[in-house]
Amino acid sequence: MNASGAVAQTAATWRILAWVVPAALLLLVAPLVIDPFQTLTLTYGLIAAIGALGFNLLLGYTGLLSFGHSAFFGGGAYTVAFMVKYLKIASMELFLAGSVLASAIISALFGFVCVRYTRIFFGILTLALSQVLWSLAFKFFWVTGGTDGLRVPTPTLVGMAPTNDKMDFLAHQYYYYVLAVFALCVFLMWVIVHSPFGKALQAIRDNETRAEFIGIRIRRYRLIAFVISGIFTGVAGALWAPLNGLASPDVLVWTFSGEIVFMTVLGGFRTFVGPIVGAIAFTYLKTYAVGFTVYWQLLLGTVLVVLVLALPTGIMGAIERLASKMRKAR
Amino acid sequence: MNLLTTQALTKSFGDNRAVNAVDFVVNQGEVLALIGSNGAGKTSLVNLVSGLLRPDSGQIIFENNDVTRQTSYERIKAGIARSFQIVNLFDHLSCADNVALSIFSREGKTLNLATLASRDHAVWTEAHDVLRRFGLDRAAVMLAGTISHGERKLLDVAVAYALKPKLLFLDEPTSGVSTREKAPIMDIVTSIVRAGGITVVIIEHDMDIVFRYSERIVVMHQGTILADGTPDEIRRNDAVTTTLIGTHPTGEPAFGGAGNA
Repeated sequence: MNASGAVAQTAATWRILAWVVPAALLLLVAPLVIDPFQTLTLTYGLIAAIGALGFNLLLGYTGLLSFGHSAFFGGGAYTVAFMVKYLKIASMELFLAGSVLASAIISALFGFVCVRYTRIFFGILTLALSQVLWSLAFKFFWVTGGTDGLRVPTPTLVGMAPTNDKMDFLAHQYYYYVLAVFALCVFLMWVIVHSPFGKALQAIRDNETRAEFIGIRIRRYRLIAFVISGIFTGVAGALWAPLNGLASPDVLVWTFSGEIVFMTVLGGFRTFVGPIVGAIAFTYLKTYAVGFTVYWQLLLGTVLVVLVLALPTGIMGAIERLASKMRKAR
Repeated sequence: MNLLTTQALTKSFGDNRAVNAVDFVVNQGEVLALIGSNGAGKTSLVNLVSGLLRPDSGQIIFENNDVTRQTSYERIKAGIARSFQIVNLFDHLSCADNVALSIFSREGKTLNLATLASRDHAVWTEAHDVLRRFGLDRAAVMLAGTISHGERKLLDVAVAYALKPKLLFLDEPTSGVSTREKAPIMDIVTSIVRAGGITVVIIEHDMDIVFRYSERIVVMHQGTILADGTPDEIRRNDAVTTTLIGTHPTGEPAFGGAGNA
């Protein structure tokens, strides 16, 4: 590495820290300032962000558009519900471990079939397979609770039992727990996409044939990316279940996969933070749209149309463009 | 010594025998030009040897090993690399990234997902060194999709070169480049591969380039090898003159100017 490269790297590190430190501080003090309802919305947003981050390893970095990520999110949520119902487990750490294992298995099975294909064929296959999982949850109601779903009580966090005031516990202890898992996931994903493996995925995304001819076994790499992506989204599902209090088929159905796609596109899939910003923005948008009108889906649909037409690179893409314009103007 | 030999290599697309029982030999250390009109089977032959296509019959022997049934991945690991006629790059990655990926792959590091790629200083030093030799050092941080066509052609070769192959196929390394730019590109490419002791097979249409830079020429016509010899032998070969030059629109031998080169 030459001197100018080292300087560029240090500058890049500072630029990242200039974003990360204020964002981390905001997230840390948020539950002390805003009311519990707001904090819960933010918690949902952070959870969705973990799922979208996993999803974007495939879309943004590997160039594969999955329409089946509800399978992993729902898989993670139902794993928690099953662990509660059949194993009488109440520890969040065990839930997370269980959901990692379960989503790894589901995504390895799905991935084995799906990564043989790309583009629309890949999308349709992931969609079809996720619907199989949904119909299982729907039909085997004596195991899964059918449309009623399965109840998930508030878990113990690092051995700490939930307090009597459930709302307060979720808006404080549980929020910080989610925030910690979120931070860990962001860190892990950041390392993965900047590792030689992450570079190889981007190479596959840009040019499959050439990637093969520099000695990258593309199917194997796609499968690994698929499994990592599934695990992240599964962890999000596991965190979501206790917050929602219920694992229900809503998060297994394909429209929920669509929401994951939506939030990622909203934030901008070409950037690392895009899915995080998109997931939090989407969660607030949906929460307020649902409260504001019964036609909330119409509202979200309109937002999506405007978004694709006006901001094809998403919120972060637009911010980046604006920032570079301002730099040039100076 | 024969580095690569094909024996009765055949590939058909429907009724068209693109490669028809071809016995093709590449000697260790030479710069060989593969020429012929469009549809003669040059690119198909390279696709077969590099593993992009599967042959219908025949054998491919590389360094005395039968690689006919090997995947392209195994052949790359064995030391066969190629560039592409239509530039094939990772357009949304920087030029340095494009070259570094070949180095990471060559060193078996691309499955590493727990360390930052930027920390592997040896790889980046080598990547910048390769870019410098190809005259692309100033484009290092630019996205591969944003540099000029001539630079992209060079980068395409650099990506293949960074794999440190024993045998390198260059499929029209100067196609789409202005006549003035062709010789500089070929000067850079041939000097680098010669210095690295890499055996090179160049597919090329420009006869001036072919006669100036190759040591041996293999002429293909309708899926078979029509002639094989030194540039002087090929220039005097009547069969080549009638099949290739007979159709030259100006009526002048296309090789004419090459004698002065």
